Amino acid sequence: MATIKLLINQKPFTIDADPRMPLLWALRDVIGLTGTKYGCGVSQCGACTVHLDGNPIRSCSIPVSSVANKNITTIEGLSPDLSHPVQQAWIAEQVPQCGYCQGGQIMTAAALLKRNPNPTDKDIDAAMQGNICRCGTYPRIRKAVKTAAQLAKATTK
Amino acid sequence: MNTNEQAISRRSFIKASGLTGVALTLGFSFPSKAGDSPDILNAADAGSVELNAWISIDSAGKVTLTNHRAEMGQGSFQSVPQMIAEELEVDLNQVSIQFAPGNPGKYGSQITGGSSTIRGSYERMLRLGATAREMLIEAAAKKWEVPANQCYAENGKVFHRPSGRSMGYGELVTEAAKLPVPSAVKLKDPRDYKIIRKPLPRQDNPAKINGQAIFGLDKRVPGMLFAVVERNPRFMGKVKSFNSDEVLKLPGVKYVMKVERDVFGNLLEGVAVIGDSTWSALQGRKALKVEWDDNGFEHLSTQQLYDRMRTDLKSRKFISARTQGNFDSLFDKAEKKVEALYETPYESHSNMEPLNCIADVKDDSCEIWGPIQAPDWIQGATAGFLKLPPEKVTVHMTFLGGGLGRKAFTDYPYEAVALSKAIKAPVQVVWTREDDMTMGPFRPGMVYQCRGAVSRGNRIAALEIIAAGQNMNTQEPGADKSAYNLDVVDGLLKPYFDSIPHYRFGDAPLEAPIPVMWWRSVYASTNGFAFESFFDEMAVAAGKDPLDFRSQHLGEARYQALIAKLREVSHWDGRKKNEGYGVSITECFSSIVGEVCKVSRNAAGKVRIDKVWAVMDCGWYVNPDIIRAQVEGSIIMALGAATKHATTFLDGKAVEHNFDTYKMGRIGEAPDIEVHIMDNQERAGGVGEPGLPPFTAALTNAIFDLTGKRIRVLPFSLDEV
Repeated sequence: MATIKLLINQKPFTIDADPRMPLLWALRDVIGLTGTKYGCGVSQCGACTVHLDGNPIRSCSIPVSSVANKNITTIEGLSPDLSHPVQQAWIAEQVPQCGYCQGGQIMTAAALLKRNPNPTDKDIDAAMQGNICRCGTYPRIRKAVKTAAQLAKATTK
Repeated sequence: MNTNEQAISRRSFIKASGLTGVALTLGFSFPSKAGDSPDILNAADAGSVELNAWISIDSAGKVTLTNHRAEMGQGSFQSVPQMIAEELEVDLNQVSIQFAPGNPGKYGSQITGGSSTIRGSYERMLRLGATAREMLIEAAAKKWEVPANQCYAENGKVFHRPSGRSMGYGELVTEAAKLPVPSAVKLKDPRDYKIIRKPLPRQDNPAKINGQAIFGLDKRVPGMLFAVVERNPRFMGKVKSFNSDEVLKLPGVKYVMKVERDVFGNLLEGVAVIGDSTWSALQGRKALKVEWDDNGFEHLSTQQLYDRMRTDLKSRKFISARTQGNFDSLFDKAEKKVEALYETPYESHSNMEPLNCIADVKDDSCEIWGPIQAPDWIQGATAGFLKLPPEKVTVHMTFLGGGLGRKAFTDYPYEAVALSKAIKAPVQVVWTREDDMTMGPFRPGMVYQCRGAVSRGNRIAALEIIAAGQNMNTQEPGADKSAYNLDVVDGLLKPYFDSIPHYRFGDAPLEAPIPVMWWRSVYASTNGFAFESFFDEMAVAAGKDPLDFRSQHLGEARYQALIAKLREVSHWDGRKKNEGYGVSITECFSSIVGEVCKVSRNAAGKVRIDKVWAVMDCGWYVNPDIIRAQVEGSIIMALGAATKHATTFLDGKAVEHNFDTYKMGRIGEAPDIEVHIMDNQERAGGVGEPGLPPFTAALTNAIFDLTGKRIRVLPFSLDEV
């Protein structure tokens, strides 16, 4: 066990945990942020995607001790009021079905738009390829990422 | 709907006012009557019932509508309230929606399967909304001392037309609750719908995009512990011994114990490690060593399973029941014969949310939380297991991260209940992805032997289809295995039974110690591939266009309308060289779906899917956008099972254990899909599943059209065609 300081959604947390515990389980079981989902445990499905200093990472495969004091954003911290362009686009295109994977999808999409504000279909497929959706919402995800790009432009103008 | 006057007997409609007299809650009872259909829609509605509450309005005007079914992505959380709100005349944005706990006495059948939520309850839900509306109007009319027919309801208020006065529902509920229940209410003409048939955004979606939606795995109960279970990898093996002492020394590990779970009456064994976090339980399990006794049952491989199915078919060892005419004599004499064998793999459900369940067993009661398709079944099974009256077992619903049939069964709650009972504390059993993928129950692998004769008039003269595979319906110890499995015709369009003069359907049940189960659209999910591939082969033998060939056999107007729509939207008649077109039409859970797939070769010479057109005829419907989403998702799920993944067995164990070997369809492989919905006066059919069965044959028929290559074994790789 070790004392680990974390910065999650701009808030500091101090936890007492096995330093090898993956960030995923620290978020879910220790801190109580359950929006980040367990899907495979081996970086194959993307359900556990969070941002580490703005970049998408798989929280199931990174020890909590290695992200101490770094800037972590989870789906709960993406916006306080569903106002992030990706969240708005997800509503506009009615993407979610069961919704379980969608937090990870949204975090991946948000990171994509940050580095590529005008993604093509190919860019979207490449960026989102690591996120599985068993409900098959892929056509709507593709559409929603483009809608989000438009919304982001409209708000920055 | 054809009739707008719906009779409601006083006995079958019950109202109640809350203890404080401020709430009007309404529901139906389901009186027991002889001759109830054994169909899934009605079966559990036949019991004796006290009070059901779907609608609750309090004196502040707050409207709460209940969704009595599971929400696993298919949209019941939206569509059940959407139906009630239409007749109740309230804005869906102003009502709160809640899940009902398991209580078949109150809600009738709650098992969310067979695409039954709308088709099984829509008339009841409409009547419920309309009855509450009429009582509120009556209450207002009384207060104003005006005739009720001068009043109307809109947007949560009752208006008096001549004077323009209005009162909110909240001001009227106390009066309304005292009124007799009207014996008949008028339902709206579908042309006047303001909510139904509109693509209203789903009410559950905001919570699903900010991490607030609570799935089973997210549920937390004070004092709860976390369990993972090492289960016998060959399913039927028994625990001989395990090293609990070493595991118990690990940090956070609290208990190590044997646990059973009831799978179709067989008690399958495992060893549970219970810790103070999921991680500590997982670490404990890593150190766990279990010795199994795997004697007394066969350890089969995929090769053996399929060899046995083929042998049974070859030796004509099958149960025959649904027959007409004389297939054998027609087939023997026929000039144009077609014969083919189709094979489909075992599949895992692999919902994105792995199985999990929390149980908190006390001396005289039990509470359960989890992603559950059938809260009523779980209440019953748990009550039986704990020897408690059912009302002492509360099954709380959460959102489901997918269900697909797997979460309809009672084994994973059983395990949680057994562990909580043993440790006298709430415990969440977490299935890892590997557990979820390797433990089954699986969709059974199937082999179909199809034989057909084409007449001189180029119609189907005779057809025989024998399905070999494990029977999902006879896994309980002592089940009658001599009966014909009627489900082997699921997916077949009904008019074929009239238009084909000589046919025989049969099944060759395979015995194997592998648990099998419903997988989205159940038998139709594989039958559809065999039937619609074989009809395509017969169309080729008859020298007919595949769509014309189908049209020729499906005389009824409803089917012809669907075919015409499919022809129009897919530009079937305008298809070009170097384009492969395939069609497939199936009928499943009272809906008919036709799909056309268009394929071509890309610059690298690989087959790619250019487009899929789907036409859904589900009769009366609620939300067109949810229907489109369900058909899109069904097609993508079918595409994965056709071209990407399968579960195989070696030495009695499932081989594929995570998404690195059980490869899911990903965004780059998702085709462009266009969904159309038929508008007609038919009764409501299912939506969540019927879009799946036709897809695979539409794809493989298109590949045949493009390449001349007939695909008869799934899965196949698009890159290798």
